[in-house]
Amino acid sequence: MRIIRRRNIEQDDWRQLPESAAGAEVLDMLVGERVIVPLSALQRNAEAILCRTAPTGVLLRPADDVRELEPLLDRLCLVAIEFPAFNEGRGYSQARVLRQHYRFGGEIRALGDVSRDKLAFMERCGFDAFVLRPGESPEAALEAFTEISLRYQPAADAAPTIGDQRAAPGA
Amino acid sequence: MYQYDEFDQQLIDERVAQFRGQVRRFLDGGIPEEEFKQLRLRNGLYMQRHAHMLRVAIPYGLFTSRQLRTFAHIARTYDRGFGHFTTRQNIQYNWPELEDVPDILADLAGVQMHAIQTSGNSVRNITSDHLAGVTADELEDPRPYCEILRQWSTLHPEFSWLPRKFKIAVTGSSVDRTASLLHDIGLQLVDNDAGERGFRVLVGGGMGRTPVIGKVIREFLPLVHMLSYVEAILRTYNLLGRRDNIHKARIKILVNQLGIDEFRDLVEKEWERIRDGALKLDRSGIERIRAHFAPPPYAPVSGDDLDFSRRLATNPMFAAWVKQNTRDHKVPGYRIVIVSLKAPGVPPGDMDADQMDALATLADDYSFGQLRATHDQNLVLADVEIRNLYRLWQELARAKLAAANIGTLNDMICCPGLDFCSLANAGSIPIARQINEKFDELDYLYDLGEIQLKMSGCMNACGHHHVGHIGILGVDKKGEEWYQITLGGSAGYDAALGDRLGAAIEKERVAGVIGQVLQVYLELRQEDERFIDTYRRVGIAPFKERVYADNSTPEYRTGRLAATA
Repeated sequence: MRIIRRRNIEQDDWRQLPESAAGAEVLDMLVGERVIVPLSALQRNAEAILCRTAPTGVLLRPADDVRELEPLLDRLCLVAIEFPAFNEGRGYSQARVLRQHYRFGGEIRALGDVSRDKLAFMERCGFDAFVLRPGESPEAALEAFTEISLRYQPAADAAPTIGDQRAAPGA
Repeated sequence: MYQYDEFDQQLIDERVAQFRGQVRRFLDGGIPEEEFKQLRLRNGLYMQRHAHMLRVAIPYGLFTSRQLRTFAHIARTYDRGFGHFTTRQNIQYNWPELEDVPDILADLAGVQMHAIQTSGNSVRNITSDHLAGVTADELEDPRPYCEILRQWSTLHPEFSWLPRKFKIAVTGSSVDRTASLLHDIGLQLVDNDAGERGFRVLVGGGMGRTPVIGKVIREFLPLVHMLSYVEAILRTYNLLGRRDNIHKARIKILVNQLGIDEFRDLVEKEWERIRDGALKLDRSGIERIRAHFAPPPYAPVSGDDLDFSRRLATNPMFAAWVKQNTRDHKVPGYRIVIVSLKAPGVPPGDMDADQMDALATLADDYSFGQLRATHDQNLVLADVEIRNLYRLWQELARAKLAAANIGTLNDMICCPGLDFCSLANAGSIPIARQINEKFDELDYLYDLGEIQLKMSGCMNACGHHHVGHIGILGVDKKGEEWYQITLGGSAGYDAALGDRLGAAIEKERVAGVIGQVLQVYLELRQEDERFIDTYRRVGIAPFKERVYADNSTPEYRTGRLAATA
C-alpha cells in the first residue's frame, strides 16, 4: 500500500489487525511484523502486545479517550487515528494532545475518510502519515501541503506563525 | 481600524486560490458533492432554496467606505443589485453563481475582506459592540481582542471540524449590545478587585431550538490568557461534544449535560497545561493591535451648535430622527448616527447597491470613512459632528436611509425566512411587511417607546426571537404557516428567554395580535415604563387573556389549534 509519510509517497508494511484478531495467538504468528491493534485490544493484552520485539502501533477511534494512551506511549511506535466520516473532527485534538501534552515522537497517521483537502490541517495538528481513502491520488494530494503557506496560530508543527514572522528582525 | 499587513494579505490571497482550485476540481467531478459542501461552507457559501448564498464576514462589524463600495460592486456584478446585512455582522448575497464565487472572493480580498468561516462547523465571525470606542459607558474598546481572536481562529487547524458551529462575542461596556450571554463563548471585559483588567468568561449560551443563557466559567481571566483559555474550551468541546445528533451538538448541550462545574474542571485542567505556552499574549503584542483602533482625529466642540438647535426646534421630522436614530457620543460636539435598514416595505437588513454607494460617500464626508454593522441589522456612522447632522439627514433621506424608527417596533430583527432560506418553515419578510403596514403611524410607534421585536422563520432562531421583547416564531402546521408569539425576552446583561403567549396563530392574525399585546401594554404601563419593564411587572397573564379571550371558541380550546402550543 502507498501512503504519504512526511510529504513523501512511500510503500507501507504496517498490518492493521481487527479487534478479533489482536489476541495473543495471532500476535505470536506475526512476531516480526509491524502491527496496529485497536486501543481496546491493547488494553486487554497490554503485556503480550507491548513485549513484542517488532514495532507496535495502536488504533485510536474518535470516541476513545486519548488520555488512556499516556502510560503506554513510550512503548508504541505509531498511533493511527481513524476518521470514519469526512466530518469527524476529534482526531485533530487527539493528535495535538499526543504531540504536545505527551510529547509522543512516533508516527501519527490518519486513516479512514482522509482526502487531499484535509491534509494540511492534519499535518499542523501533528499527523505525519496519511493513508488516503481509496480513489485519491497521493501525487495530487501532495499539493495540499503548500496551498496555504502562512499560519496565524501555533499548533503542533514547528513552522513559524505569522506572529513569529512579524516579530522577526527585518520583518 | 485594523489594516492588513503583507502576511494577512498573502494568507487570504492563498485562501482564494485554494478555493478556486476546489471549485474547479468539484466541477470536474474530482470532489464528491457532500465533501465539497463542507469545503464551500468554510468559505461562506451555502446552497439555499433558489440559489447559492454567500455570507461575507465583517469582523466585529467594522468596515470602511471602500469596503462598502466593494459590497455595492459585488451586488451589481454578481447578484441582483442588493445585499442583506445579518444579525451577526455579516453581509449576505442571495444569488451568486458558483463559478463566480472565486472572483467575488478575490474582489473581497482586494479590500482586505473574506468569507472564511462564516459558515460550517468552525469558529465563526467574532462579533462585538457596534458602538465600541465611542460611548461613555465603555470600560475598554473590545475590538483589539476581537482582531486577536479573528487571527487566531482563522484557518485554525484543530477547530475546523467541530461538532457544530461556534460563535464568540466580546463586549467592553456596561451595556451589553453583543448578546454575550447568548454565545458559545461570551467575553466581557472587567476589572477585578485588584484593579487588573481581564475577562469574565461565559460559556454555553445560544439560541437555536434549545435556547440557553450562558454560564460563567471564569469570573476573571487575565487578558494575556485570552487565547489559551478559549483554546482550552474549544479542545474540551471538540473532544467531548456530541456528534451523533446535529440538534444536540452545540457546546450548550455539553455544558448542560456535564454541568458547568464539571465542564469547568475539564477546561481548567486543559488550560493549566497550555496557559504559559505559545498562546500566551504579551503586552506589546496587544498594544500593537490596539494601536490600529486609535480614535480618529476628532475636533471636539463645546457649547451648542446654534444652527442645529434651530433646526431641531423648527423641523419636527429632523427632530424625530435625531431623537430616534442618534445616540450620545463620548466626544463633545459629536453624535452617533444609526442608519436604519428598516424602511417600511423593505426586508429588514436589505440594502441596494446605489444606497451602498451613497452611504459610502456619506461615511467619507461625515464619519472618517468608517461604518459599523449592528446585530439588529442596521448600520452606524459612529463619529458625526453635530453641526453636520442636518445635512447628513437630508442626504440619508434622499437615499431612503433616514427612516426614524430605531428602537421602535418597526426596527425589527428578521431572518430571510421562507423567501430565501431552505431551513425555514414560514415566511418572515411578509410578516415584517404586515406589521409595517399595520403600525405605520410614527407617533404611535414613538409613544410605544423602545420595543425589540425579533422574528425567526423557524426554530433555528436566526432572527433571535427567544430574546425579543416580543418574539415571533414561524412554524409549519400541515403545510401552513403559523406563528408562535413570545413575550419578555432580552439579550442584554439581563438576558432572558421569552415566555410563550399561547397557541400559535394564523398568518393573517399576526399583526392584529401584536396590536392587542401593545394595547394591553398601553393600558397597564406606568409613566414612562418600557414594554419589557411593564411585562416584567405584570407577567404574561393579562396579555394572554386579551389575545385568547376573543378566540375562546371550542375549536381554540380543544382543537388542533390549541395543540400547537
